[in-house]
Formats: sequence, structure tokens, C-alpha cells
Amino acid sequence: MSGRDALTTWVLRFYVVLVFGFIFMPIVASVIFSFNSQRFPTVPLGSFTTEWYTAILNDPDIWEAARTSILVSLSTSVLATFIGFCTAYTDYRFKFRYKYGFLALALLPPTIPLIIMALAMLAWFAKIGISGQVWSIIAAHTVLTIPFAMAIIRLRLNEMDESLEAAAWNLGASEWRAVKEVIIPFAKPAIISSMCLTAAVSFDEFAVAWFVSGLNKTIPVVILEIVTGNIDPQVNAIGSFVFLVSMTLVVLAQILFMTKGKRRTVTP
Amino acid sequence: MGTKETEKKKRGFETFAVVWRVPLIAWQTVFFLGPLLFMVAMSFFVVKNYRMREAFEFVSWAKMLGRHTFWDAYGYTLLLAVCSTVIVSLIAFPAAYALAFKTSATVRRWAIFLLVVPFFTSYLVRIFSWYVVLAESGPVNSVLGFFGLGPFTMLNTMFGTMVGYATLTLPLVVILQTVSLANIDNRFIEAAHNLGCGAFRTIHAVIVPMAKTGLVIAALFCFILSFGDFVSPYYLGGSKPPTLAILIIDTTKSGQQWPRAAVVAVMMMLTLFTVAFSSIWYAYRKRGSR
Repeated sequence: MSGRDALTTWVLRFYVVLVFGFIFMPIVASVIFSFNSQRFPTVPLGSFTTEWYTAILNDPDIWEAARTSILVSLSTSVLATFIGFCTAYTDYRFKFRYKYGFLALALLPPTIPLIIMALAMLAWFAKIGISGQVWSIIAAHTVLTIPFAMAIIRLRLNEMDESLEAAAWNLGASEWRAVKEVIIPFAKPAIISSMCLTAAVSFDEFAVAWFVSGLNKTIPVVILEIVTGNIDPQVNAIGSFVFLVSMTLVVLAQILFMTKGKRRTVTP
Repeated sequence: MGTKETEKKKRGFETFAVVWRVPLIAWQTVFFLGPLLFMVAMSFFVVKNYRMREAFEFVSWAKMLGRHTFWDAYGYTLLLAVCSTVIVSLIAFPAAYALAFKTSATVRRWAIFLLVVPFFTSYLVRIFSWYVVLAESGPVNSVLGFFGLGPFTMLNTMFGTMVGYATLTLPLVVILQTVSLANIDNRFIEAAHNLGCGAFRTIHAVIVPMAKTGLVIAALFCFILSFGDFVSPYYLGGSKPPTLAILIIDTTKSGQQWPRAAVVAVMMMLTLFTVAFSSIWYAYRKRGSR
């Protein structure tokens, strides 16, 4: 019986490895193909090459798109994290009428398909006269990323001892000062990790960016346009670069978020 | 004077409280609710001579809903999303089961950590990668050919679309299932074993019912993501017939038929709301009566 149990356990663990293999296969394959000389990669692989990287480095359109992407994701991360913080603090501190409606406003965007958001925003921006600008992408991406920012900061505030803020008031701090001196320092790891995550989401988003960007293309939009044309291994090179950026941001965010060791060492 | 002081303080409190709400309400009203409501309104606008005019007419609704193409796309999208939900949930379950019951808490944490990563990486590039991998002369077929099998046509088939959907949804579904399974009190499972339940009976009679809410929510997320995705059915599925998301793109990008695209979008939202509310109702239904 126990022998059979052990066998089941190992079979299941092997299955988990297979599932992870499936999930990470495209990422690994893309990186391998980016260094592979074949235009249509297959097994056995061709020879090692960096020509795809050279090609994208010499492409001014890619540089332009990279600049736009960085501007968009940085602005988005600051805006979304600011709004996310205000929302998380409101949820943490206050009870009021229509609070559920308020929270729904923050958390609903991810449940609406991106293509629908894209169409709605395209039409709306055309209507209010700010279509086709970098700002339109930033505005749209902020809506999409607020829920992530809010959730991360809210989870962090959950771990805070409620009496800390009250103690600051009793010591004569105004409410504003208490936020500045107690809440923000405590939430700081979550704030930074929220900035990383929201930047990562914005950096990879293509549907909404494709619809509203006009001539200001971001990297994913350029990828989308190349892919629609034909097989071009340059995509793997750009893709590997994009993976590197977003995975660094995500891993950084998670490491920051998981450091809970210093929970109680908030200095007043 | 004392009362004045407290009154002032109270009002101060209220300003303080309201200030924190303003950014979200302002931003989401202008850039989230505004666009969505405008899109619903837009479905009643009319297009004449390639120019859109604000109106309240049912022209686009009649045009779209009276077409076979729309209903074909609708049925096909629904079919794909349901298949994806069922297949991905079934593939995820043994993995979630193993992570929840057959590994230590540390391994589980690391596994979830790893599963979060792809969710934030470029979905588009991952699909392109599959496009190369699954090609007629690609790596998978050449490995299979080594064993004398194939070549198989995997691109432009439903299989290709499913691979794409799984790439998008599997990590999230495994996470949600693992969390809901790990929350089950182990004593119930031990009790089932002690009462003579085999592994499968335990899963069927104890684990699945107890984790029902989480499993249904995971499936719901899978459905929502698959239903709205256009990348997998387009690049891996060959977009024949098109799905609703592809229909929106085609209608928007070619010509100025935004109102018709809005009709498709509103129909998609109505479908998603119906599915979401009924599955949430189903997920929480039995809990109260137990």
C-alpha cells in the first residue's frame, strides 16, 4: 500500500514538472531561437548567431518603440501605484456607504476582455479629442493596472498593527503626518513592488496599446505588426529582451513583497 | 468652543477621508466608466459616408444580429471558451492536487512564485514561440519524425488554439486550484481514508465538494480569458471561422464600422456577465445550506 502511495506521489510530482515544462517551454524556446541561425527553427538546431540581435539593435523603429514603451510603463507605474495606494488606504481605514461600489470601480477592469477595453477607449479618446497620443496609452494602462497596485498595497496594510497609526495621533501627529511617517514607510516594500508589477503589465500590454497608440507604437505593438506579416526570428530577439525586462520586474516585485522579516521594525 | 473645536476636527476628518477616494473615482470615471458607457451608446450610432453620427437607432444591432457570420462567430467562440475551460481545469487539477497535498509548504510557495512569473510576461511572444514550435517542419514534428510519427498539422487547428489558451490560462488556474485545495483541512481527508475511501473516492466525495468555490472561480477566470482572447485563435487557430474578438478587430480596423464592433462588444459583455453571475451563484450556493 505504502509502496503504491509512494509511486502515486512520484507520478504526480512528475506530472507537475510536465505542466511547468509546458508553461515555460515557449519562454525557453524563444530565447533559444533568438540565438539560432535558422529562419524556420527546427531540430537539430542551426548554428549559434547574434545576427537577430544585431538586426534589432540597428533598427531605429525598435529604439523609438523602446523609448515609448519605457515612458509609458514608467508613467503608468507611478500613476497606478499612487491611485492604488489611495484606494488601498481608503479600504483599510474607512467604512462608508457605497464602499462596495467604490471597490468594484477599482477591481473590475481585469474582468473585461482587453479587446473590449481597447475598442471602448479608442472610441472615447477620439470623442474627447486625445486619441493617438502617448498619454492615451498611459491613461488606459493606468486603468488596467490600478487593481494590481491596490491589491498588493492592501495586502501589506493588512499586516500592519492598527494601533501604530493611532499611536502617532496620540503623540500629536496630524492625520496627514501619520500617513507620511507611519503608513507610507510601512507600505514602502509593497509600493515599490507595485511599481515593478504595474510597469511589467504595461510593458507587455498590446491589445489596448495597439488600438489607441496611433503612431506612438510600443514594443508589443511592433511585435504584433511583425508577427502579422510573417515569421521573422527578430521577434525572438525582441521577445527575449522583453522577457528579460518583465521577468526582472516581476521577480523583483515578488522578492520585495515576500520580505516580511522586518515587519515590526518600523521606526517612528 | 469645545464643540466647535470637535466639529472642526470632525470636518477635517471628513476632508481627509474624502481626499483619498478622489483619485480613483476621478480616474476610473473618466477613463474606465466613460469609455464603457460611451461604447454602449456608440452601438446605437449610425455611420453614413464613412462618418459616424451620434444617434439612437438600432441599425447596427439589426445588421449584426441578423447575420449568420455573427452567430457563427458567437457559437464558435462559446465552444472554444467552454472547451478551454474544461480542458485546462482538468489538466490543472492533478498538478494542483500534487502541489497542495504531495509537496511541502516551501515547494508550494516556490511553485506559486514561478507560476506568477509567466502571467506578467509577454503573452504575444509566447504565442509566437508556439507558432514556431508547432509548425509543420518545426521542432515538435521533427522530434516526432525521429520516431517515425507525423508530421502532424497542429497550426490552424483547434488544437493550436487550445495550446494558446492553455498558455494564457493554465498558470492562473493552477494557482487558484492549488490555493483552494491547500485550504482544505487535512483531517477531513484523513477521516475519509480512515473510513475506507480510496484516493479517487476521496477526491470525488470530499476534496472536490470542499474546494468547489475555488475550482469554479478558477474555471470562470479561464472562461473569461479564453472568451476575450484574440491572439490564440488568430495566430494558432488560423481565425477560420473568426471569433468574436477577431470580429471586433476586423470591423474596427477595416472601415469606420465602430458601431457594429460595439454591438459585438456589448454582446460579449452580456454573455460574460451572465456566465460570471451564474457561476458565482453556483459556486456559493450550497455553502449556506451546509
